Amino acid sequence: MDGSASALDEPRNIDQGLSRSDRVFVTSARSVGVFVFVLVAAIGLFLGYQALPTLHHYGFRFFTETQWVPERNIVGLAAVLLGTVEVALIALAVGFPLALFTALFVSEYAPARVRTACVSLIDLMAAVPSIIYGLWGFFLLQPRAMLVARFLAQHFSFIPFFRVDTDPNAAAWAQSKFTASAFIAGLAVSMMVIPLAAAIMRGVFAQAPLGEREAAKALGATRWGVIKTVVLPFGRRGIIGGTMLALGRALGETIAVALIISPAFEIKWHVLSVGTATVSALIAGRFGEATHAQLSALLAAGFVLFAMTLGVNTVAAVFVNRSRSGEGSEI
Amino acid sequence: MTSTLLDPPVEATAPAPFAEASHLEARAVSAWYAGHKVLARVSLTMPGNSVTALIGPSGCGKSTFLRILNRMHETTPGAQMAGEVLLDGEDIYAAGRRVNDTRRRIGMVFQKPNPFPAMSIGDNVVAGLKLTGARLKRSERDAVIQRCLSRAGLWNEVKDRLDRAGSSLSGGQQQRLCIARSLAVDPDVLLMDEPCSALDPTSTLRIEETIHELAATMTIVIVTHNMQQAARVSDSCAFFLATEGNPGVIVEYGTTDQVFHAPVDPRTNDYVNGRFG
Repeated sequence: MDGSASALDEPRNIDQGLSRSDRVFVTSARSVGVFVFVLVAAIGLFLGYQALPTLHHYGFRFFTETQWVPERNIVGLAAVLLGTVEVALIALAVGFPLALFTALFVSEYAPARVRTACVSLIDLMAAVPSIIYGLWGFFLLQPRAMLVARFLAQHFSFIPFFRVDTDPNAAAWAQSKFTASAFIAGLAVSMMVIPLAAAIMRGVFAQAPLGEREAAKALGATRWGVIKTVVLPFGRRGIIGGTMLALGRALGETIAVALIISPAFEIKWHVLSVGTATVSALIAGRFGEATHAQLSALLAAGFVLFAMTLGVNTVAAVFVNRSRSGEGSEI
Repeated sequence: MTSTLLDPPVEATAPAPFAEASHLEARAVSAWYAGHKVLARVSLTMPGNSVTALIGPSGCGKSTFLRILNRMHETTPGAQMAGEVLLDGEDIYAAGRRVNDTRRRIGMVFQKPNPFPAMSIGDNVVAGLKLTGARLKRSERDAVIQRCLSRAGLWNEVKDRLDRAGSSLSGGQQQRLCIARSLAVDPDVLLMDEPCSALDPTSTLRIEETIHELAATMTIVIVTHNMQQAARVSDSCAFFLATEGNPGVIVEYGTTDQVFHAPVDPRTNDYVNGRFG
């Protein structure tokens, strides 16, 4: 009996017994983790610091002014931010159902071989450079999407968003009025966000517990019944999270949008009609010829975009991680 | 008492001799997983209004056999089967028979309780009805919930919290909830795959009582590793065995009394007396 040990009735410090190599590994793993945080913080700080003079100079007007004419000292984000959100939301409106049904098909309906092929194809879709989507959108999609836009304007113009300030029914209809719009840019961006959203949703759906699936089947459920009672309730947060991540990506998409839209700096709700502007396309378009002060204004715009996407992605990550299924799904 | 208890479900198309609970018959059933044979030409009659226990050591194919009886076997990738399973004389694997209808008529309770976690206790009970397209009025829904939870021996414990999540119950209660859920679609046969192996003795006893009561109105087939349980709950008993490298077969079948007290095959005698397994 060890008298000294039994006399001390207080919590002991338990030696984890880490060997030297364990400590080296833990330390290096931890530093890599911290490095990621430092990197993101550094980007934010740099952008914030660069943006300061602009934000200081224009104040709140920076967010209410629509025009972007740095030569005349008029700089504002109102129209650009609206355009950014419009393009992203259109991309989601088109991409969300496609991604959801793609994910459901791959995880619930496709036979094993088709599933493997689909997963590779979706990954491939994510790997296609965005300039390719831009070119595709400009040359292939636009001439056709224009007709869809005209159809929407003809039949749904009672919805304010779908109005176009020309007569869509005219025999010689003004085609150019229906091009280079937020709608067409949004369609191109939707193709880019589908693989991201579909991959995350599929990952979560595939983790729906076998026990619950079997329970539903043994009750006589069809495949759709299994989806409704087990897969969708289980994957709800994955669906939300995947959609938010897709939104984050859509907000920042640059080159495809820059190729398709023709810049227009006005508060514009008519998404089918020509001209819009997004933050990233603005930066890409003006960066080359910018003077020092103009550069600061562009960096300020970049800072706002950075903050927006960081916010959206953080919320998305919270959703994906909190899902019952969260473990193991990649973001 | 509800009308269902007084009038056992009568299958309109069933021939007259089977006016009571349906009977189930397996004929020369074999099974494979990815080409590996695990069951060889197993035939077994599971009479109506009785409990048939499938016993045998692990890996002898009894769970596989059970899953073949309601076509759950084929949901496992790479799984195949041969032979016939007759429900009231009709092959459930016949071409043109809808697998969903078969599974609705032959319900299943699994080893691990698997209530739908996103649903309340009440919704769990009627989940099967909704899945098979039934539309229920509020009063009908409440009646079904009360009837099935009562039959599963759970009503008194949960009647004041039907809106709580099914996952808030203890393991034994969850398993009885799963039994109630299976009963709601009014199956003719109930298959149970080691339904008590994850439960404590008290919960096990409650479920065994439930099985006894259910056998009055339906056909029950139960897989169990627990010899005492097989002896307590079943009317007849089939002993499965797979010898080294060979697929599983039924070594002995008979009334439970006979299998436990006067087994013909010495291997059955050794197994039921706990000498291997």
